[in-house]
Amino acid sequence: MRNLSFTSILLAAGLAFASPTVAQTAATEPVATAAPAPAASPAAPAAKVADPTVDAKGVPLTRPEPGVGQPVDKAISLQPQVTPTGEEAHWFHNTILLPLITIISIFVLLLLVWVILRYRRAANPTPSRTSHNTAIEIVWTLAPVLILVAIAIPSIKLLAAQFKPAPKNAVTLKAIGNQWFWSYEYPDNGGIQLTANMLKEGDQVGKGQRYRTDADGPRLLATDQRVVLPVGVPIRLVTTATDVIHSWAVPAFWIKLDAIPGRLNETSFIIPKEGVYFGQCSELCGARHAFMPIAVEAVSPAKFAQWVAAKGGTMPGAKAEPASTTAIGNDATDAATANGTAEAAPTVAATASPAPSNTPATANPAGAGNTGN
Amino acid sequence: MTDTALPYAAAHDAHHHDADHKPGFFARWFMSTNHKDIGTLYLIFAIFAGIIGGAISGIMRAELMQPGIQYLPWWVAKLHGEGTFDEAMHFWNVLITAHGLIMVFFMVMPAMIGGFGNWFVPIMIGAPDMAFPRMNNISFWLTVAGFVLLMLSPFVGVGAGTGWTVYAPLSTYGEPGPSVDFAIFSLHLAGAASILGAINFITTIFNMRAPGMTLHKMPLFAWSVLVTAFLLLLALPVLAAAITMLITDRNFGTAFYDPQYGGDPVLYQHLFWFFGHPEVYIMILPGFGIISHIVATFSRKPVFGYLGMAYAMVAIGLVGFVVWAHHMFTTGLPVAVKMYFTAATMVIAVPTGVKIFSWIATMWGGSISFKTPMVWAIGFIFMFTVGGVTGVVLANGGVDDYMQDTYYVVAHFHYVLSLGAVFSLFAGFYYWFPKMTGKMYNEFLGQVHFWVFFAGVNLLFFPMHFLGLQGMPRRIPDYTDQYAYWNHMATVGYMVMAAGMAVFFVNLIYSLLAGKKAEANPWGEGATTLEWTLSSPPPFHQFETLPKID
Repeated sequence: MRNLSFTSILLAAGLAFASPTVAQTAATEPVATAAPAPAASPAAPAAKVADPTVDAKGVPLTRPEPGVGQPVDKAISLQPQVTPTGEEAHWFHNTILLPLITIISIFVLLLLVWVILRYRRAANPTPSRTSHNTAIEIVWTLAPVLILVAIAIPSIKLLAAQFKPAPKNAVTLKAIGNQWFWSYEYPDNGGIQLTANMLKEGDQVGKGQRYRTDADGPRLLATDQRVVLPVGVPIRLVTTATDVIHSWAVPAFWIKLDAIPGRLNETSFIIPKEGVYFGQCSELCGARHAFMPIAVEAVSPAKFAQWVAAKGGTMPGAKAEPASTTAIGNDATDAATANGTAEAAPTVAATASPAPSNTPATANPAGAGNTGN
Repeated sequence: MTDTALPYAAAHDAHHHDADHKPGFFARWFMSTNHKDIGTLYLIFAIFAGIIGGAISGIMRAELMQPGIQYLPWWVAKLHGEGTFDEAMHFWNVLITAHGLIMVFFMVMPAMIGGFGNWFVPIMIGAPDMAFPRMNNISFWLTVAGFVLLMLSPFVGVGAGTGWTVYAPLSTYGEPGPSVDFAIFSLHLAGAASILGAINFITTIFNMRAPGMTLHKMPLFAWSVLVTAFLLLLALPVLAAAITMLITDRNFGTAFYDPQYGGDPVLYQHLFWFFGHPEVYIMILPGFGIISHIVATFSRKPVFGYLGMAYAMVAIGLVGFVVWAHHMFTTGLPVAVKMYFTAATMVIAVPTGVKIFSWIATMWGGSISFKTPMVWAIGFIFMFTVGGVTGVVLANGGVDDYMQDTYYVVAHFHYVLSLGAVFSLFAGFYYWFPKMTGKMYNEFLGQVHFWVFFAGVNLLFFPMHFLGLQGMPRRIPDYTDQYAYWNHMATVGYMVMAAGMAVFFVNLIYSLLAGKKAEANPWGEGATTLEWTLSSPPPFHQFETLPKID
């Protein structure tokens, strides 16, 4: 049944535009296609840097680790957290909230069991007529208040931590929701643009088309292009959408931020650990809401710089200020040198491709299946 | 009585009727002005809508039993002829939308307020009928008309796949075609019906209480309906305004929610949830009232802390109006706003806790018999507690960044609604069934219904907490394979629950046909409200002489 349906989409394949209103952006340079290797992107004619995250065929080199950044079958707990705010929230939930609500539920259950056993008609034929007890009523009003205050303090602290604005050296990632794929921009890095489509299964694609392998990630979570981000560097996430509301969510980061047309929402986080982390669109956005996953690959800053170069982007500070103090700028220079490429490569790329139009990257050549019917 | 009154009384009898004279079938059921008949109509309607809404969730659970898409294309082919994959996926959204709207607007609300409210509020306060009997009738038929519009919606287009929240812009330029318009008009009608009903209840309760029945002597169910009626009256016009703007955005070129022309999609969410949050209390408060009576009756004790119970409901109603944005924690609210809504939301746990503890205190020291209504009530108290504490988790804006739109939320609101509101509905149904029909239900089948349903819904909804904690988004027809195990369990739970419902319908039919005759008061000394002073079923017109309350 499923195969049949997917075939029918393929038949309906054509150039995909998120919605008629953005059709004019078709002229925007096509962003990296799924295959062959994105290094062939016309955005970077001068850059000979190879994309360090994929092999020559475009297959990712980093395999996702089971149990990290993705769900586990039969599991009953939160996904392991990697970001500091995620760890704080994880602690808050697992150490304070979950034990507390368990204790309260069991307390109520025990009270119920007690009254059921002790005050069943056989055990207590004559009911009391008590209908007031001011003292106990005050207790059961004030005790919950104290419990809630105890919850509120770490809760407010957590909110404050989540709202810490991104510092100056943050890498900005702009996530744009479209029906039904995510596109991304790196405005601080020469305006790299990416389009991430869900990878289909082998039996759902035509001959020669790329399909999901375990190297890409789990079914319905793997994308043809991963969002590459550096570890240890603050990330400023900005979300918006071109058509309806979407929501960019990665459970392992404790991040969920709605992508709303006409708005720019912002939050920040740090990924301390390299790895691949998956998420899904989390706001109902139409027919294929279930099929617009998010895959983030966190790499070392050096590798990130190399990736940026491969995509034809630039590292901030790599151009004019040799005295750049930002960690990421230094790393970028280091990476470029270490890689043996001309140190001017990123700059050349930047001049060769003037900052791409600031219209959202909605052209989606890789997502032929994403056209409506 | 003086002699002069006699001729008048005689003439009155000749031209009018005695207390039990009923009009003919059509006039009685289609032009009804009798609160009990209208209550019966509402209950029949709610059961009917509940069957449809429950069957839709069966289709959904079947699809979710295994990873992959199994049945949706088949359903689409049945409905519209061979469809594309996208049409099949859209049909999923139509199902979730219909399930939500039907269960909220056409099952729980009509049963609670229209059904039990109409039946028992006038009787409990010692009134002969509702204040505006004809308005009562039009409330019911507007609800039916709204339901018909919703049911027509998938047949005039591809169906409304916007979710029950009808968020713009998915519901404006995101989904052209008449289907969504039908769904919106359906809400208009259901909303108008509820507003009329609310006016009726407020007027009745304020003006038609029997002599001596002060507000502070009024039964808690009447209190709960009074508070609910105020919530309806204040919240529903906001919904009506919000969805009217959807209609004009969709059809008449306005741009209230369209950012391209200066509108804002988030405005819709604020308006919707300003209605939507009081709405969840609208669905549960009458249940609170029902549970209070049942617990007191079967414990043979008066309700513990009566005033606290009444004002806890008032407090829940008031605070319920200032917490709406906790449904919008991920929309990019400023930090101070998130902090406020976190704190305000948690406040609601306090009056709710008062209610839970007062019910237990009512049982404490009582002489409890575990008839079917009481086991449902006890089940309600525990299940509502579980749903309530997960609400406290979700209240934390920082935590909600993870939970928002995951199955944890689905688990939470089904615990307070499917195991809360629905348990109170069944409790009330068994409690008042003898009064409404004059027949006793079958006690054994009632107990079997409870235990099978209890096991089923817990197996159905508890694993959803795990799925949510693992990050599974709601409103998806297919999921990555790691979510398979608990989804499978949930579907097994659905089947158990459905078996429980089969027992309910067997009991219902059996009891209506062959149930033992019910006495005026089958529950004994614990049942103290006025409905138990009347025959079972009550006369067509009760309280020709108003009761006096001391």
